[in-house]
Amino acid sequence: MMNAIDLLMRPLQKIIGVRRMPYIFLLPNLIFFGLFVIIPLVVNIFFSFTGGTELYISNREFSGLRHYQTLFDCQDYFNPNSCNEDYFWRGIYNTITFVFFQVILMIFFSLLTGVILNKNIIGRGFFRSVFFFPVLLSPVVVGLIWKWILLKNGILNAIIESNGGTAISFLTAPGLAMSSSIFVSIWAHMGFYTLIILAGLQAIPPNLYEAAEMDGTSKERTFWRITFPLLLPNLLVVFVLASIKGVQTFDEIYVLTGGGPGTATSLIVQYIYTTGFAAAGQVQNFGLAAAASMVLGLVLLVLTLIQLYLGRDKESKTQDI
Amino acid sequence: MSENITHLLKSIIKRRYSNKMHWTDYFSYFYLCLGVLLMFGPVLWLVLSSFKSESAVMEYPPTVLPLSQKSIQIEGYKKHLLLFKVTLEDGSIKELAEIKRVGIISKMLDPKNPEIKYKVPIDKREKIREFELAWTNYSNPLKRLNFVNFFKNSIFVTIIATIITLIINSMAAYSLSIYEFKGKTLALVFVIGTLLIPLTVILVPVFYVVSNFGMVNSLWGVILPGAATPTGVFLLRQYMLTLPRDLIEAARMDHASEWSIYWRIVLPLSIPAIAVLAIFSIMWRWNDFLWPLIVLGKNEVYTLQIALNAFHGEMTVQWHYVLAMTVLTLLPIAFIFFYLQKFITTGIATTGMK
Repeated sequence: MMNAIDLLMRPLQKIIGVRRMPYIFLLPNLIFFGLFVIIPLVVNIFFSFTGGTELYISNREFSGLRHYQTLFDCQDYFNPNSCNEDYFWRGIYNTITFVFFQVILMIFFSLLTGVILNKNIIGRGFFRSVFFFPVLLSPVVVGLIWKWILLKNGILNAIIESNGGTAISFLTAPGLAMSSSIFVSIWAHMGFYTLIILAGLQAIPPNLYEAAEMDGTSKERTFWRITFPLLLPNLLVVFVLASIKGVQTFDEIYVLTGGGPGTATSLIVQYIYTTGFAAAGQVQNFGLAAAASMVLGLVLLVLTLIQLYLGRDKESKTQDI
Repeated sequence: MSENITHLLKSIIKRRYSNKMHWTDYFSYFYLCLGVLLMFGPVLWLVLSSFKSESAVMEYPPTVLPLSQKSIQIEGYKKHLLLFKVTLEDGSIKELAEIKRVGIISKMLDPKNPEIKYKVPIDKREKIREFELAWTNYSNPLKRLNFVNFFKNSIFVTIIATIITLIINSMAAYSLSIYEFKGKTLALVFVIGTLLIPLTVILVPVFYVVSNFGMVNSLWGVILPGAATPTGVFLLRQYMLTLPRDLIEAARMDHASEWSIYWRIVLPLSIPAIAVLAIFSIMWRWNDFLWPLIVLGKNEVYTLQIALNAFHGEMTVQWHYVLAMTVLTLLPIAFIFFYLQKFITTGIATTGMK
């Protein structure tokens, strides 16, 4: 088959010349980008300014800033109940809470794990795999595994009760459901960030440590004076990447709690999904969902620009671990 | 024997730590062991639970191993009778089979002597259990609940999408690494630009594009939108930039066409990078959830992830089936992890992507 393509490409090359061939190679990928990224981006803006229940653009009527007004119609921005679209604001506040704690704890635990795995320990490869493997599990699988454990009559409550405690509603009490969600999300993604930190740790020149040891510097001091400052760029990368991913969290929490109880764990992407696609028995409000997407997109744009800025000299620093 | 092992361990530890063990060393091993329990424990529990029979799954508190109650077939009774260990009034212990339970009294008989009936209060009896793997948890959903079909859909999406991604991404990477041409920087910026726009931001309009192509409720609607990945283009381009140019120049001297330089020289030399991208793409596609959830609304086109989600969202969750199918969904990924871990960790370390 590839020979057949060559039979086509050879005359093409004759006609347009070698110098234009790179465009031909670029074309398929750019068509895909255009169709599924660039055009949608423009269409999204259009959707956010039009109303009605029709999906097809020609049937939609212009509604101006109405969707944005609906989203931002609030008496008190710190109280979701006072907002017209309270579900949206709950989503925002839940996402802020979720990302805040998830990112802080993620940095702490992946740093701790990274530093420990970087030591000269027995069975290092094994332990590294152990911490890494949940990264590869699908969000649905992660959600189901933990739902099965955290259920009211799940194994964790059985263990608590057999030790004399009382059963805890990990997934059905509002505050606890949020904590459980944060925990599960850290469990699933920590390995990825640990890997980034490990790569950073291994890039620190060993002679610095040797020198510190010669001087009889204590381990604590060595960590704070050598490891931590030299690792700071990697920690920043972890911070930004975890924030970008955290803001977009949907799948595993959707499976774990369904956004509940009530709206206690429903995040911003779930708002977009439910508004645009899933609300059973309700009209699919594409316009409102698109407007909310624009708000999310703005936040992500800022975060991603920070990421690109931090990673600008990454090419010179790549290394095998 | 055990003394020898302790001795051996001590000498290994000593060799590693010529100085004394610092408190951080003790803490490290404690942390790692806790980590093993916390990271592996849940998956182990999933696998164990998935082999429990329907009644054993719902039991609380649960047993660790998949145990089911022993039962016996006795002439004159249609159903299998469940066996119990019973403490009789005179203090003797007997194995009895239950015929019927009325309130807190159980009507039982002795399997060895079926003529004699007993009436036993239910707190005087204990289930007799045996180790049994409930393979029907696996076979039933596959046979009756269409899970074979969901498997096929997932495999189809994963394979076709990965092939498309590899071809178009490697072509773009080839163009952006080997040639100098007008607009190259613009094209690179364009590719970086798409990194800035994650799918979660353009759900509605991508759905619009897909439905314009008539691909709602079709597996192609899942495959095509994510086929061109900026990550893939960058990963392959980085690798192709390191290839020796002399080889390409020599091929051109021999009148090789640009396509055959790509197909016969650059692509085979880039196999290591292609392999990394292939593994990533397989994992992305197999685990994909949000987009298929939006595009696939009909049972026949569900992928595994969507089916699992729909199945566990039903009114009465059949956990014994859900758990077994979760294990099956996880298996291919576990396999990849086991054999190709090195590729994945290197890929993440060099691209910072997952």
